[in-house]
Amino acid sequence: MAVDDKLARFEQAVLPHLDAAYNLARWLTRQSADAEDLAQEAYVRAFEAFDGFRGGNARAWILTIVRHTCYTWLKHSRSQELETPFDEEAHSSAAADSTPEAALLADADREMLMRALQELPVEFREALVLRELEGLSYKEIADVAGVPLGTVMSRLARARKLLERSLTAPKNKDTSQGMSREMSKGSAR
Amino acid sequence: MSCRQSELLDAYFDHELDLVHSLEIERHLEECRDCHAAFERRQSVRRVVEGGSLYFKAPASLESRLRARLSELGGVRRTQQSAGRLSLGAESSSATARASLGSVWARWVVSLAAATAVAFAAYFVMRVETRPYPSPEQLLAEDVVASHIRSLMPNHLTDVASTDQHTVKPWFDGRLDFSPPVVDLASDGFPLVGGRLDYLAGRPVAALVYGRRKHLINVFVWPSTESARESSGPRSVATIQGYNVLHWTKPGLTWWAVSDVNSKNLDEFARLLQEH
Repeated sequence: MAVDDKLARFEQAVLPHLDAAYNLARWLTRQSADAEDLAQEAYVRAFEAFDGFRGGNARAWILTIVRHTCYTWLKHSRSQELETPFDEEAHSSAAADSTPEAALLADADREMLMRALQELPVEFREALVLRELEGLSYKEIADVAGVPLGTVMSRLARARKLLERSLTAPKNKDTSQGMSREMSKGSAR
Repeated sequence: MSCRQSELLDAYFDHELDLVHSLEIERHLEECRDCHAAFERRQSVRRVVEGGSLYFKAPASLESRLRARLSELGGVRRTQQSAGRLSLGAESSSATARASLGSVWARWVVSLAAATAVAFAAYFVMRVETRPYPSPEQLLAEDVVASHIRSLMPNHLTDVASTDQHTVKPWFDGRLDFSPPVVDLASDGFPLVGGRLDYLAGRPVAALVYGRRKHLINVFVWPSTESARESSGPRSVATIQGYNVLHWTKPGLTWWAVSDVNSKNLDEFARLLQEH
């Protein structure tokens, strides 16, 4: 009976955040099938750990587990993505070339935005998704991502600058090419 | 964009700065063209993001799959637990057997292991209980109570004191970017007392004041955010310092009610409001 009760409590407290869990997994993995599997895996883990959960912010709690699950998966199947250090120099030098105008940004459509966001390094993408799509506070993002508050602030600032620039960059059919071209341009400097 | 304030620009943009710094940035934005332009870019991108339907909702199939998996797990856990209890019984009886062989050493190890387990459990429980984050909802509930208490101070209760809903409702026009529903529930024992502007969840909200005998009820209304469009019935969010806090949503509007009237009366009141 205690188990049924646990299941009921879990369903009530944590299941309402399934959209948030899936959304984060979807943005971290950039794959819908993988995101479904990982969200489910995270929920199973959460259910097993639920006895230790003493109430509080269930959304931040499940998102922490989702993030952890996704990073473990990324490490195995896309280690490259996690290991490639982000070339801040290259990006900021390119940013200095052109400061996008607010009006130009307003013209960005969903397609461009999806692409630009997906191309951000994972820790920047994660910060933006948690802030802009999930509406988490800096404190909550810090808890979910396991980083200090100051890091959240600087990641968001950088993420936004990158996004702005990417949105106003000359349109390419394949922007991942555009991105790497920019990177090589930066490092050749 | 190399001024010191540009580092705080995003925190200001996200409403994460305290009042002093916010004012500093606001002043700075009026003077610094670069930061002003950067701020406008942030706004543009946010508008695009908000209108971009970038949120991936979980497919319905995932939820049903997950529910099935969870109830399966619940079932499995139950059988595992009883099985575990059995095997644990077997183990401890063999431990007793061994101990009864007269080995003081074995008894030592067993009690040491038990003590360690207890210490571990205690550590874990403490750790979990001191989890740092109250939920946003809890924080908001605290703000709601704080607003309620503030409103009870002299001359803070209402900006427009009227028992007439047709006076109170138009008063909000032009003061808010939405029109709060105002009904009088005097016939149900909850007369309208008035209304005022308040500030909650980072935005101006409508505060409606109702009476219940000698008690007052504050109701806060504001437009729902994107993520809370569906409606939900009144539920008790918290009891803080003796004040009951209820929360419910209707399509498009978020409602909070707070009062020291007993929870039964407050429930009834919320239900009446919701039905209107």
